[in-house]
Amino acid sequence: MSIIEVKNLTKKFGDFIAVKDVSFSVEKGQIFAFLGPNGAGKSTTIKMLTTLLTPTSGELSIDDHDVMKEARDVRHSFGIVFQDPSLDDELTAYENMEIHAVLYGVKKEVRRERIQQLLEFVELWDRKKSLVKEFSGGMKRRLEIARGLLHHPKVLFLDEPTLGLDPQTRNHMWEYLRKLNESEGITVFFTTHYMEEAERIADKIAVIDHGSIVASGGLEDLKKATSTSSLEEAFLKLTGRNIRDEDVSKTDAMRMRHQAWTKK
Amino acid sequence: MQIIYILWLRQLKRYLRSRSRLIGSLAQPLFFLVALGFGFGPVFSKAGEGNYIQFLVPGIMSMTIIFTSIFSGMEIIWDRQFGFLKETLVAPVPRLNIMVGRTLGGATIATMQGTLVLLLSLIAGFRPVSWGLVPIVILVMFLSSLLFTALGTAIASKLDDMQGFQMIMNFLVMPLFFLSGAIFPLDRTSVLGTIASFDPLSYTVDALRHILTNIHFFTLAWDISILVILMALFLAIGSYFFSKVQI
Repeated sequence: MSIIEVKNLTKKFGDFIAVKDVSFSVEKGQIFAFLGPNGAGKSTTIKMLTTLLTPTSGELSIDDHDVMKEARDVRHSFGIVFQDPSLDDELTAYENMEIHAVLYGVKKEVRRERIQQLLEFVELWDRKKSLVKEFSGGMKRRLEIARGLLHHPKVLFLDEPTLGLDPQTRNHMWEYLRKLNESEGITVFFTTHYMEEAERIADKIAVIDHGSIVASGGLEDLKKATSTSSLEEAFLKLTGRNIRDEDVSKTDAMRMRHQAWTKK
Repeated sequence: MQIIYILWLRQLKRYLRSRSRLIGSLAQPLFFLVALGFGFGPVFSKAGEGNYIQFLVPGIMSMTIIFTSIFSGMEIIWDRQFGFLKETLVAPVPRLNIMVGRTLGGATIATMQGTLVLLLSLIAGFRPVSWGLVPIVILVMFLSSLLFTALGTAIASKLDDMQGFQMIMNFLVMPLFFLSGAIFPLDRTSVLGTIASFDPLSYTVDALRHILTNIHFFTLAWDISILVILMALFLAIGSYFFSKVQI
């Protein structure tokens, strides 16, 4: 049974097509890796899946709810860890969790207990009263993961969750996520630039480039299809090493210009 | 309700924890009060207009309110920059609740600031005509604070970066302040008097001055009606723009 369903998804920013006729599905309980070079359309797709951007055309559903028409239900069903931090630095770890609990309608009786449970899970309970601005990058990420899980989502989106983290923290994080996936059956949808992470943890992989899916399937399928021996090689073969250059500088420039106006 | 409350509380906590912001936002009105109040005081009374400090304090209170409110409203830009905005926007709650919570928070802070300025101005020799009317003073301050916080939210929803913030401060907030009659008496026959009647802050200044010192340009009923109408209008515009924000 698929929990995420994407059909013919397209997003245009003016003349620039960021996502072009993309279709894929993710099964319930799967760990799904969404890979692609910078500017391939990963974050744009995640933003559309998480109701932050309206698609130009196409169909999206999460847990049988239409993302555009039933945004409220969809928002209840997923948790997200964004590419860049989305915590309130001026508040404490506990307060950040509390706001999230209220926003997601977590009942007052279970709130404290659940916050404690999750903060202990990411080993931040003894820092609950510290302001987030005193946290290191890894601690912030852990807090964000805990926060994303607070309302018991069915799907957890992680947009480059390990960016800028040291190998220790990265390993820890994937361990947490695998544990969660196994014990709670949470579907995990993540993007990363570290191919070995995807290789190690993902059940299914999709590679996107220039806004289109260029390959998808299990690790072995991808390796077989490209007749390579590792995901890194397969990825490079699929997305190209040399021919991309010229093409990319153009779209990249456009993306940069677009981002300068919209992002942040 | 809970959502509005927690976001209101968040604004307050952020404000109370940032000591530099607290002090900074009180220093400016005090400089204005001291420099203008004592600097122009003798000229003002020689011109037969009476005590300038009495005249000026409601203006400085209004200045505090407009600066603090618009700044609070525009904090959305900071939240966008530092990411917290996304957290609220993907949450399964109506955007209107988010906007209302933030706006009430910002307005509460601005009203507190205005009250602090009023208290501090007592040291400079300010004496309100009646203390019994202070609740109405607070009400007018809160009304104006809501109005300008909503205006700040509306603008910030349309802006993407911090650069825009300086521009708004220089080209919107400063003119609104200087043209409002906050620091000089308006004159019905002059161009400035006409311009001032198009400036929302004029009505805040006039209402506060009326209640606190009995000096006025418009009538109190008119002041408050205009403020209520504008508040409703800006809240509607602010919520609309905020509901359209995409990341």
